[in-house]
Amino acid sequence: MLSIKNLSASVDGTEILKGLNLEVNAGEVHAIMGPNGSGKSTLASVVAGKDDYEVLGEITLNGKDILELAPEERAAEGVFLAFQYPVEIPGVSNVNFLKTAVNDIRAYKGLPPMVAKDFLKMLKEKQALVELDKKLSSRSVNEGFSGGEKKRNEIFQMAMLNPKLAILDETDSGLDIDALRIVANGVNKLKSLDNATIVITHYQRLLDYIIPDFVHVLYDGKIIKSGTKELALELEEKGYDWLIKPEMAQ
Amino acid sequence: MGKYTEEQLEKELETQEYKYGFVTDIETEKAPIGLSEDIIRLISSKKNEPNWLLEYRLKAYNAWLTMKEPEWAHVNYPKVNFQDIYYYAAPKPKKQLSSLDEVDSELLEMYDKLGISIDEQKKLSNVAVDIVMDSVSVKTTFQDTLAKLGIIFGSFSDAVQNHPELVKKYMGTIVPYTDNYYAALNAAVFTDGSFCYIPKGVKCPMELSTYFRINEAQTGQFERTLVVADQGSYVSYLEGCTAPMRDENQLHAAVVELIALDDAEIKYSTVQNWYPGDKEGKGGIYNFVTKRGLCEKNAKISWTQVETGSAVTWKYPSCILKGDNSVGEFYSVAVTNNFQQADTGTKMLHLGKNTKSTIISKGVSAGGSQNSYRGLVKINKNATNARNFSQCDSLLMGNKCGAHTFPYIEVDNKSAKVEHEATTSKIGEDQIFYCNQRGIDTESAIKLIVNGYAKDVLNKLPMEFAVEAQKLLAISLEGSVG
Ligand SMILES: Nc1ncnc2c1ncn2[C@@H]1O[C@H](COP(=O)(O)OP(=O)(O)OP(=O)(O)O)[C@@H](O)[C@H]1O
Ligand SMILES: [Mg+2]
Repeated sequence: MLSIKNLSASVDGTEILKGLNLEVNAGEVHAIMGPNGSGKSTLASVVAGKDDYEVLGEITLNGKDILELAPEERAAEGVFLAFQYPVEIPGVSNVNFLKTAVNDIRAYKGLPPMVAKDFLKMLKEKQALVELDKKLSSRSVNEGFSGGEKKRNEIFQMAMLNPKLAILDETDSGLDIDALRIVANGVNKLKSLDNATIVITHYQRLLDYIIPDFVHVLYDGKIIKSGTKELALELEEKGYDWLIKPEMAQ
Repeated sequence: MGKYTEEQLEKELETQEYKYGFVTDIETEKAPIGLSEDIIRLISSKKNEPNWLLEYRLKAYNAWLTMKEPEWAHVNYPKVNFQDIYYYAAPKPKKQLSSLDEVDSELLEMYDKLGISIDEQKKLSNVAVDIVMDSVSVKTTFQDTLAKLGIIFGSFSDAVQNHPELVKKYMGTIVPYTDNYYAALNAAVFTDGSFCYIPKGVKCPMELSTYFRINEAQTGQFERTLVVADQGSYVSYLEGCTAPMRDENQLHAAVVELIALDDAEIKYSTVQNWYPGDKEGKGGIYNFVTKRGLCEKNAKISWTQVETGSAVTWKYPSCILKGDNSVGEFYSVAVTNNFQQADTGTKMLHLGKNTKSTIISKGVSAGGSQNSYRGLVKINKNATNARNFSQCDSLLMGNKCGAHTFPYIEVDNKSAKVEHEATTSKIGEDQIFYCNQRGIDTESAIKLIVNGYAKDVLNKLPMEFAVEAQKLLAISLEGSVG
């Protein structure tokens, strides 16, 4: 599904991603962990098409080179990013925002806008899926939402847009214990054999709910270790030092 | 597929044509160019006016001759040559039209282009429309329905002929010809406009709307609107404005007077989309307008305006809160782009006790434009317990534009409460990227964000026009982001 080869990304001459490789197949869940500032969010932004970066290397989605595509085209091709820091858009209701998003993506695929009735039906279904307070969907996008509400709203949007590749950037941080379970359940229900999920997290806890097929450690712009879910437990216990030290010795 | 960058958007928007910039080929009758007493006499006789009105015009003209063009506004433009303007241009035939079939087919086509097919409007929406082209009111719809309720709605000229006592009683009482330079000019040469009277206790069942259009080259448009809401009545009134694209600047100097008698309410909405000039700043309408309303006891006047057009706008819809417990409101969205300049705001004069006013002004500046809010809140010494709340927000797109706020507050009564809030923000790149990531392209993202920003004001517009206004906001935004 997603294939990243020798990806590097820099801002003003400073390299943040330094030759990163990652293969994600349909039906898989990958977890990316790593210390603060290691480049996790940058990776997510680069895949989503944020144009702050000088990018080299290759990113393909289902065989299609997406580096040349604008962010909205990547979104229409099925890339979804749950932001670490969701953005507020005052005065624009969640419903209107999502209606625009859903219909713009449909237009990209040559489909007519969704009938209002169908849209509302979907809205209700997905609201139920992440147990989102109905009031939140009529409020302005993220404006005045609590930290946890914002995160839940991201997953609600993900449910509405039904992406091929979802990247969840620290969606668990800020969620209370119940919300974490609900959001994780939502993500699990959205999982299928045709889509893939990348979860960026600092905590093993989330991975008890969303069980990853692979766990990667990102450090200094590179994936320095990959393993299965046991790796996350090991990291929880030992931290990153044992991985970084030999790396630095090289 | 290439990446759609902000620069591309900027280009695309810059080349986006002013949608209403067509010229309709209709034969017109024009008075000779220039301004003099003779021209004023000619206009007055063309319109078969009573002598008092001619006298009024001439007094205004003589007052105007002694006045100076105001220069205090934060705008900059070449001086208008008042002798280089046609003061009267009327579409022919100008006989009274009683049915749609009699309307010139070119005119009908023009209405379609304006998106106001009268026929459609008649069937679909509950809106009575009066259309004023260049100087003359050409068609009023729904007159019969309104007449049954005793509502008078139609052209100013008709009102002068049919209800001279009402016109004489109220005209110039709120905006006297001595008020300012453009008000004096208007009083001297106004050619038409709309007149509306709502009788005691009547709630007007439909939106009343006037559509103004400048069509002829080198003509000025000087219309007068007078709305009188008698005791306990209610009316919602909307005006829309468009003009063709022309290289030269054209002058629009209107006067609007609103009178809300005891317990009456007037909601006056404007969607102003005069031609703003091209992206080099060539051409466009000079929009110098005086709008003022008077509230008697318990009366309420709301001004709502969406200003997207004109090269230069100079406009301060105001409320005189004379009666106790009266309420004045001003809701404004002003968008400027390229070389547009807007100096707009309001005056709220609190004279009566327990008077309340609310001001919400949302400026959006893009390109190299200048957008100023200028507002006066004056609490008179007898206005015990007066309240005002003002909020002035500016949204900037790009680095070449300017937003300015000039709030003036004069309080002569200690019990007054006056609050003023102001914010300036930029459309964030993070907001745009967030939208992009959800599949929304940059152009639509800007539309969403700007409409969201202006929502508090757009919500005040009558439903029928809110959608149109949203589209206008989107169309008129050319320029960079971030
Ligand atoms: N646009 C930018 N301009 C300058 N520096 C940037 C930019 N984006 C990222 N960086 C830098 O790149 C590094 C990686 O940032 P990134 O946000 O990807 O880290 P992260 O792994 O997500 O960290 P955290 O766990 O704290 O979320 C940081 O040092 C950050 O300051
Ligand atoms: Mg991060």
